[in-house]
Amino acid sequence: MHQFSLARLAAGLAAGEFSSRELTAHFLDRIERHDPRLNAFVTVTRDAALAQAGAADARLRAGEAGPLTGIPLAHKDIFCTEGVRTSCASRMLDGFTAPYDATVVERLKAAGMVMLGKTNMDEFAMGSSSETSWYGPVKNPWDPARVPGGSSGGSAAAVAARLAPAATGTDTGGSIRQPAALCGLSGLKPTYGRVSRWGMIAFASSLDQGGPMARSAEDLALLLPAMAGFDERDSTSSPEPVPDYPAQLDEDVKGLRVGLPREWFREGLDAGVAASIEEARRVLEGLGVVFRDIDLPNSALAVPAYYVVAPAECSSNLARYDGVRYGYRCEAPRDLEDLYRRSRSEAFGAEVKRRIMMGTYVLSAGYYDAYYLKAQKIRRLIADDFRAAFAEVDLILGPTSPTRAFRLGEKTADPVTMYLSDIYTIAVNLAGLPGLTVPAPMAGGLPVGLQLVGDYFQEGRLLNLAHRLQRTTDWHLATPPGFD
Amino acid sequence: MSLQHSDVEKIARLAHLALNGDEADAYATELSGILDLVAQMERADTTGVTPMAHPLDMPQRLRPDEVTEGDRRDFYQAIAPATERGLYLVPKVID
Repeated sequence: MHQFSLARLAAGLAAGEFSSRELTAHFLDRIERHDPRLNAFVTVTRDAALAQAGAADARLRAGEAGPLTGIPLAHKDIFCTEGVRTSCASRMLDGFTAPYDATVVERLKAAGMVMLGKTNMDEFAMGSSSETSWYGPVKNPWDPARVPGGSSGGSAAAVAARLAPAATGTDTGGSIRQPAALCGLSGLKPTYGRVSRWGMIAFASSLDQGGPMARSAEDLALLLPAMAGFDERDSTSSPEPVPDYPAQLDEDVKGLRVGLPREWFREGLDAGVAASIEEARRVLEGLGVVFRDIDLPNSALAVPAYYVVAPAECSSNLARYDGVRYGYRCEAPRDLEDLYRRSRSEAFGAEVKRRIMMGTYVLSAGYYDAYYLKAQKIRRLIADDFRAAFAEVDLILGPTSPTRAFRLGEKTADPVTMYLSDIYTIAVNLAGLPGLTVPAPMAGGLPVGLQLVGDYFQEGRLLNLAHRLQRTTDWHLATPPGFD
Repeated sequence: MSLQHSDVEKIARLAHLALNGDEADAYATELSGILDLVAQMERADTTGVTPMAHPLDMPQRLRPDEVTEGDRRDFYQAIAPATERGLYLVPKVID
């Protein structure tokens, strides 16, 4: 059952081949058996999951089921879940029980999906390796000596190891796409505003976007309609109607114009990744896709601008953790200032503190124009590059990450080396565009991710091309050894 | 761009973070490295470019000024570190 697609699971549930309770128990047992090796989950909600599964079975029997009713999933521990610890993998929120459900959680619950638990991640989603978690690092199921990517590394590892059929993630600079790529999954970062941010713990509000992680584009297309759509409680939620993504999956891709940014295939790209992307490109060419080289001239400015914008917004957002209203409070504070300073210093990890300080610095008096304003102008240049490209092509294709999964500890000594893991994904967040990753052929026993980027609200087209690729190839079906 | 120990202490104070001596030196080195990366922005000519505040250039949505939520104070205070009679408790700030 753990190898079934979401459509196959839905068919099995509808036909009474298995119940949601049986299915849920099967995944809970797999988590219990395999997760000690991976550390993908920070909380497993066994009893609640079985109760939700029982309710889903009742809906299925009553003929009131939707396409996702009774199917289990895991939520990244950045989404608030009512009555369940929501830690953001930080000591700051280790004892925090969310008083409400995030919109994404609420909507997937209403669709009848069953929550298995909450997944591990980089602390406050700040990282590209899932090593900064208060609960310890997540391991990549393809090689436990390697990272799963981050920040949604627990979700990626859980789905790759078949401990959950699908999971939610969030992507501020690549945090859905990069771990999905490094674990051999399909993952989608929707257009900014497509999925509500309400109840999703904020890191950098102008970049944060939630999305689905699963084993195929078809699975993503089933999940997205249940997550997306206008939400009054998110002031940047888009009123754009949600199209029928599954209906677009099989559309013909003959004549589709796809751009290859020259800047994404230069030095810094691992040769194994480049060869794998080229193999996937040739398959797409065989389907009638027309490729042409394009330029995104300001690509090299994306990472520098991001490390101004993201820390600046992070320092504002994380100012709320003061040890007064919720979260960690230090022992025996001398006075109010001591309470703030010690609570924050004892409960935030090194990377979070680094980014808070970076953000505080770039926003401090006298530096605003040189850093934040300059970065926001570069953001415009980057968005304009994409705009010009989409006048010539329908989609953009390239690598998701410059390398395959790296070793635990390999990039922790130098923050800048870690930051460059997101060199191909960050520009997409700065522009607010949708981006998707799907597996390309493996290289040296490790997964490689192929990234597709579309114009605003073109998620349907991304899913369509990815699905056509997956109909022709079996790269997305590979299972990590020991987890089949 | 290189930050000194004293710069880091000032930033930490603004950010309400407490650092010990060794930490400040480590952060000075790391933040200077990040600022070197960020300095690559200077290569871009941004004369006359309008800064981008929102990816979709959407204006902030407004709603009628109406009460939409009931009183949930007790509920929200149930997760606070210390409260008394509906108030959040902090160390004494006025003598």
